[in-house]
Amino acid sequence: MTIAPERMEELESHPPNHGSEPSGIYKWVTSTDHKVIGKNYMYTALVFFFIAGLMAELIRTQLFAPNNHFVSPQTYNELFTIHGSIMLYIFAGPFVFGGFANFLVPLQIGAPDMAFPRLNALSYWLFLTGSVTMLLGFLTASGAAAFGWVAYAPLSDSTYSPGAGPDLWIVSVALVGFSGIFTAVNLVTTIFYLRAPGLTMFRMPVFTWNMLVTGILILISFPVLTAALVMLYADRHFGTHIFSVKGGGVPVLWQNLFWFFGHPEVYILALPYFGIITEVLPVFSKKPVFGYKGLVFATLAIAGLSTGVWAHHMFTTGTVLLPFFSAMSLLIAVPTGIKIFTWIGTIWRGNLDFKTPLIFAIGFIVAFTMGGITGVMLASPPIDFYTHDTYFVVAHFHQVLFGSAVFAGFAGFYYWYPKLTGRMYRESLGKWHFWLTFIGFNITFLPQYLLGLRGMPRRIAEYGPSDGFTFLNKVSTVGAYVTAIAFVVFLYNFWISWRKPIPAGDNPWDGHTLEWATSSPPPSHNFHKLPPIRSLRPTWDMNHPEHADWKAHQEELARKKSKEREAAL
Amino acid sequence: MKLESRIYVGVGVFFVLVVVIYFLWSGDSGNSIFLVASALLGIMPGLYLGWWSRRMSPRPEDREDVSLEEIEGAVGYFPSYTIWPFVLGIGVFLTALAFVFGAWTAVIGMGFVISAAIGGTLSSKPKAMAHR
Repeated sequence: MTIAPERMEELESHPPNHGSEPSGIYKWVTSTDHKVIGKNYMYTALVFFFIAGLMAELIRTQLFAPNNHFVSPQTYNELFTIHGSIMLYIFAGPFVFGGFANFLVPLQIGAPDMAFPRLNALSYWLFLTGSVTMLLGFLTASGAAAFGWVAYAPLSDSTYSPGAGPDLWIVSVALVGFSGIFTAVNLVTTIFYLRAPGLTMFRMPVFTWNMLVTGILILISFPVLTAALVMLYADRHFGTHIFSVKGGGVPVLWQNLFWFFGHPEVYILALPYFGIITEVLPVFSKKPVFGYKGLVFATLAIAGLSTGVWAHHMFTTGTVLLPFFSAMSLLIAVPTGIKIFTWIGTIWRGNLDFKTPLIFAIGFIVAFTMGGITGVMLASPPIDFYTHDTYFVVAHFHQVLFGSAVFAGFAGFYYWYPKLTGRMYRESLGKWHFWLTFIGFNITFLPQYLLGLRGMPRRIAEYGPSDGFTFLNKVSTVGAYVTAIAFVVFLYNFWISWRKPIPAGDNPWDGHTLEWATSSPPPSHNFHKLPPIRSLRPTWDMNHPEHADWKAHQEELARKKSKEREAAL
Repeated sequence: MKLESRIYVGVGVFFVLVVVIYFLWSGDSGNSIFLVASALLGIMPGLYLGWWSRRMSPRPEDREDVSLEEIEGAVGYFPSYTIWPFVLGIGVFLTALAFVFGAWTAVIGMGFVISAAIGGTLSSKPKAMAHR
């Protein structure tokens, strides 16, 4: 391997088909291009994020004062159910494994498209129709589902939750779940079979690695949810008694089935965002990622452990093996800690460029570390018994999930915005967006830890004036409003960059990975030419031949050899 | 290919270890079934990929020092646009709604599904494979 592969090499180009390609809405409906589908996913998910965010504002408004009657208790239950369901099933997951992964994985591995483009399109349509189904519940006479995003039996059976709303919820989650399974099959196949020549598994960007692991996790966990939904539906309509004590069923079985999906799901939501952070930090620190293999193995370890911890959501049921699930949950802190250290190692002594993506990424590390540490606390059964179903848990999972889906999600959105659109966002508005989000987020959720420790239960529509919850709830609500303003700033930024575009150029950040080697936005089938892939950072090697990674690697090998020779002499 | 197979086999082995520990410790057969099924989910594709990887020489994407000149042939067939996934999606959606609103939506939905099945199959004729 002594010939320096500095020149660009022609990849077999694909015969263009531009003349007959549709445009406008027909293009949107008929496209099988992973970039179009990826963007569709992202924008749909953002619209639903906005809707579910609005519900969060209504929930917080209801809790602003004691004995408040802003919404009725029934509406309140529907609001927190659909808020949680949209955020988890429709926003946080599909935004990243439908949106970012669809758009980026083929670009990062130098593939012309996903492995099954038509299946990919079908996934999007199932996702969109499933998402709309979730909202349809509000239009039915009995209202939307009101049993929380976890739909615990027996609350979710036909006696306690009659009507069409809960059935729509079941259908919606099933459709979105199938969409997720198809996307996962597509991602895993694409990563296994469509990598560019020379792009070995250990030259894949960490984002792609994390998407592979996420795909496998989806394949393990989503079918369990679908099966559980079928059983729930059968219990509701076909007279089976799988989850009801009356006919000899076991209600806690639902919890086991649900959380066997639900806990890996939490990591399905987190791992891709870890991947985004690992892409953003090195580029804005002007350094290669620190501890690449460690990160990959940490990802695999997190994924493995995440499938063995489901019952830590069920400590208080008294039917689970506490030491086993507690130990497994505590163990997850080890690989997660490795990740946080490698991220800090990546920015350590780097030449930091505090652009919006970087500050969002650092915001993520702060938020996620706080949420993660309270997660370690909750993994200990004595603490969990005390805080279970209180606002402490609410604060914990919002810090973890808001931390990843929103902070890391926007870090990625700003980072790849030039690649998505070919345009640049406004830097100052991006910073406003960050600071408002960060301040609003902390004002919203930090008081909720204290509320939880004082005993405020989850999912209550009202509290009394003498409970001592009033002040902290007011603070939390104000924080939620600040977060809402931040989102308006984001929308304005988006709008203005659309109305008055500033061309971004193909590689505005001096990026490292393959997606920055093509034009912005990329042409159909992605690459006219591929740079040679000789290291983890092919685009960096191409743009900085004097500091190329493969060169440094070669020099190191040569040094080692000469040392060995000296030692032999 | 070797590494791809090892990832899946690794998933399977991990679940085998967990299920042994979990079952011996808790004696809980219901949840152990999850873990056995997950172990199979890892081992089956893992062994399949491993079986192939032993029978073929490393692919260009498995080799670190490959040059692009060595690559021949098409990467794959990638359709550029088609209406059928949309039709199929709408059909599945309407069919699924039958579980809430009654069989009549499924009648409409199955119409879409069948037309998408026919249309999609016809549009996949080799003649349509202009792309490489």
